[in-house]
Amino acid sequence: MIKNIAVLLAVAGLLVIFLPVISGFQERENLNELAADYVSGSVNELGTPNVVTSVIVTYRGLDTLGEVTVLFLATVGVGLLLKGRNEDMLLISSSELLETTSSALVAMIMILGIYIFTHGHLTPGGGFQGGVVIASGFLLLMLSSVNTKISHSIMNFVESFSGVAYVGIGVAGIVLTIGFLNPGLLPLGQFGDLFSAGAIPVIYSLIGLKVGSELTSILVTMRGE
Amino acid sequence: MITVIIIGLGVIMLAAAFAAIYFKSLLASIISAGVISLLASVIYLILGSPDVAMTEASIGSGLTTVIFLFALHRVRKGKSDD
Repeated sequence: MIKNIAVLLAVAGLLVIFLPVISGFQERENLNELAADYVSGSVNELGTPNVVTSVIVTYRGLDTLGEVTVLFLATVGVGLLLKGRNEDMLLISSSELLETTSSALVAMIMILGIYIFTHGHLTPGGGFQGGVVIASGFLLLMLSSVNTKISHSIMNFVESFSGVAYVGIGVAGIVLTIGFLNPGLLPLGQFGDLFSAGAIPVIYSLIGLKVGSELTSILVTMRGE
Repeated sequence: MITVIIIGLGVIMLAAAFAAIYFKSLLASIISAGVISLLASVIYLILGSPDVAMTEASIGSGLTTVIFLFALHRVRKGKSDD
C-alpha cells in the first residue's frame, strides 16, 4: 500500500517537472547559431556529408573518447566479475537448419558491419552501430554451434590496437594540426568519396573495431567460456 | 497522419512497459523490454534521425536483450545449484 502511494507520488512529481517543458514546447523554425555553424562547417571545413558523424568524431571527439572509455571499463568489469566460472557454460543444442543458415549469413552480417563503419561519414551509422552489427554476427556464430571458440587474445589484441591507434591519431592531431583529434592529418579529398573527409573514416573505423571486439568479448564472457 | 502513427507507437510502448513490469515470467519481461526499444527506434526513424534509430535498434533491442537472456540463464543456473 505504502509502496503504491510512493510510486504514485513519484509519477506525480515527474508530471509536475515535465508539464512546463511540454506545454511550452514549440518546434524551432530555424537552427540555433551553434547548430548552424556545425551544419555549414561539416560540409565546408570537414567535407563530411553526414553531419552527425562530424559532430561525434570531430566537434565532440573528446566526448566520444570518453564514451569508448566507459565501454572499455564495462568490458573489463564484466570480465573481472565473471572470470573463471567455466562450469556453467551456456550450452544450446542448435538445429542443423540454424547452423547451415548462419554459416551463410555470418559473412554477410560482418560485411554489413564493416560497410556501416567505413561509410560512417557518408551514410547514417558509424563506428558504434557497425561494431554492434559485427558483435551480433559473432553472437549468431556462438548461438548456431556449441563448438564455436572465439579467441580472447585476438579480441584483446584488436581492442588494444584500435584503442592505442585512436588516441595516437588524436595526439598526432595536436602535433601536426590545430588540436586533439583534428581530422586534418589527411587531405579532405573529393566530397562524397569513400576516401575523403580527412581522418574521420579512419577514426570511425578504429572505433568500430574497438566497439565490435569489446562487445564480442562481453558476449563471450557472459556465455561462459 | 505521422502524429497519429507516433502516438499509436507511443501507446504500444507504454503497454509494453507495463507488461514488462507485471509479467510473471522474467523471459516475457525481457522480451517486452526489447519491444520498447524496437518501437522507439521506429519513432526515431520517423522523426528523421536514422543514426540514433540504428543505435537504438541494434543495442537496445538486440544486444541488451541477449545480454539480459544470458544473465537470466546464469542466475537460474546459480539457483538450481543450492
